[in-house]
Amino acid sequence: MTRTGRLPLPAVIGALILGAILVLALLAPILSAYRPLQTDLAGALRGPSTGHPFGQDRLGRDVFAQVAFGARASLLISVSVVTLTVLAGVAVGAAAGYLGGAVDAVAMRVVDIFLAFPGILLAIALAGVLGPNLSNLVIALSVMGWVGYARLTRAQVLGLREREYVAAARAVGAGPWRVVARHILPNALSPVIVQATFSAAGVIIAESSLSFLGLGPQDVPTWGGLLAQGAAYLLYAPHIAFFPGLFIMLTVLALNLVGDALRDSLDPKSQP
Amino acid sequence: MSGIGRRLLLLVPTVLGVLTLVFFLVHLIPGDPVEVMLGETASGADLVQLRADLGLDRPLAEQYARFLGGLVRADLGRSFFYRKPVLAVIGAALPATALLAAAALAVALLIALPVGILAAVRRNRLTDRLALVGSLVGVSMPNFWLGPMLIILFSFRLGWLPVSGREGAASLVLPALTLGTALSAILVRMTRASMLDVLGEDYLRTARAKGVGERTVIARHALRNALLPVVTIVGLQFGALLSGAVITENVFAWPGVGTLLIQAITARDYPLVQGCVLVISLCYVAVNFLTDALYAVIDPRVRT
Repeated sequence: MTRTGRLPLPAVIGALILGAILVLALLAPILSAYRPLQTDLAGALRGPSTGHPFGQDRLGRDVFAQVAFGARASLLISVSVVTLTVLAGVAVGAAAGYLGGAVDAVAMRVVDIFLAFPGILLAIALAGVLGPNLSNLVIALSVMGWVGYARLTRAQVLGLREREYVAAARAVGAGPWRVVARHILPNALSPVIVQATFSAAGVIIAESSLSFLGLGPQDVPTWGGLLAQGAAYLLYAPHIAFFPGLFIMLTVLALNLVGDALRDSLDPKSQP
Repeated sequence: MSGIGRRLLLLVPTVLGVLTLVFFLVHLIPGDPVEVMLGETASGADLVQLRADLGLDRPLAEQYARFLGGLVRADLGRSFFYRKPVLAVIGAALPATALLAAAALAVALLIALPVGILAAVRRNRLTDRLALVGSLVGVSMPNFWLGPMLIILFSFRLGWLPVSGREGAASLVLPALTLGTALSAILVRMTRASMLDVLGEDYLRTARAKGVGERTVIARHALRNALLPVVTIVGLQFGALLSGAVITENVFAWPGVGTLLIQAITARDYPLVQGCVLVISLCYVAVNFLTDALYAVIDPRVRT
């Protein structure tokens, strides 16, 4: 990528897709002519038509309305999980990196144990045991997610801790809290932001996987839940599975495109 | 201490951590797990009986000790749903999962190696661009969507392959393709990057200068060195395949541990849930360990 002030095309495409899905989620009640759970048994399993651009599901509910409201659930869960895990991971990583010693040793041991566990499996087991609803889904997806940020932040803090400007801040009497929050973290966050973009994509996939398996919220439409219903009617009504999956893929693709561009511009070292 | 010995030692806290997490799973059930398992209509006597059977009436420390003791005797408890020892139920499903994961890995390698090498050799040309776009789409596609779309195409429209279940080799094709696609997308990028690193090396120029043909340069000299990092990623990702198999198995009703796990969750058969999570996690830990060890054997530079 060249630094000519122009944004690379893939990033622009990614940002446009993300923007469109955000608008879809925010304006879901206005954009859809039907309420997502409004049934119409006469139109059950009917394919796309002018009234129902994405067709109707097994109870005649509008698939477009469910996809639009499903975007709300997916984005809400993804933003919650990423926010929680970034806050927890950065806090643990900063403490481990700056304080060192026993705090560091214990924190990194715990991180290693979590890394040894397949993430999606733990999320499935936790969501299965806790029961299917929105907050349990967020918990199940967050339990594993902080680990990557903790490692990343620790490595950054270790590199910055001995810099001269940090020593200068300490010399003029700044306490450890102030040194970390004001002088170290602002310079350590670029890779965390890049990582957060990629893991937002991962959370969307994980969240819809769990909803697909029946472990997501039961009272609101989700992309994964709709896709699971569609999987039972692939022969007669393939549109029910097609559209929610397409939106999952577009969202994940867009986040990956934006993440790639952010990485290239924030972290020049990783450029090919 | 040798590298492998030290890694083995580091395995101990990891395995203990996994066991502890699995132990606490049942204790995370909101409310009384016994009531949840038996339903609201269960009699008081049944509740007391099951609680005693599971050892839930004991102090937590004793339960933990019993749990670990049971593991040593290869006893993971009994499944309510199957009325059999948990280990026997999982043992019957494990070969199907292993077969699926191995087939998916084969699919991933068969796609990724040629595409990745070709993309590197034709860097920045159309082939390369297409490979990169394809790999981006591949990693973004959820396997519980790819699976149904493949079913629509190959089972319903073309009628070539069975929809689901495990009957004969044909029934393995779609699940393996579904599970292997995401991994192949990752491996294409890895193989390409690794080949590009190697292609700039002096020894390739030397080989060319000696008059070795371009094909031989790629196949004999470049590939051998480029594949080293790919081996590591394959090993680490194989663990991810095992857990990814949970979803793919459920799409295709493939009778493996993943299908078993979701059945167990639905039936609130918690000993079986614990067993499935334990077995998949331990396989994951073991595969990662073996990858590490294997890497140290292949590449003497990483021996410490």
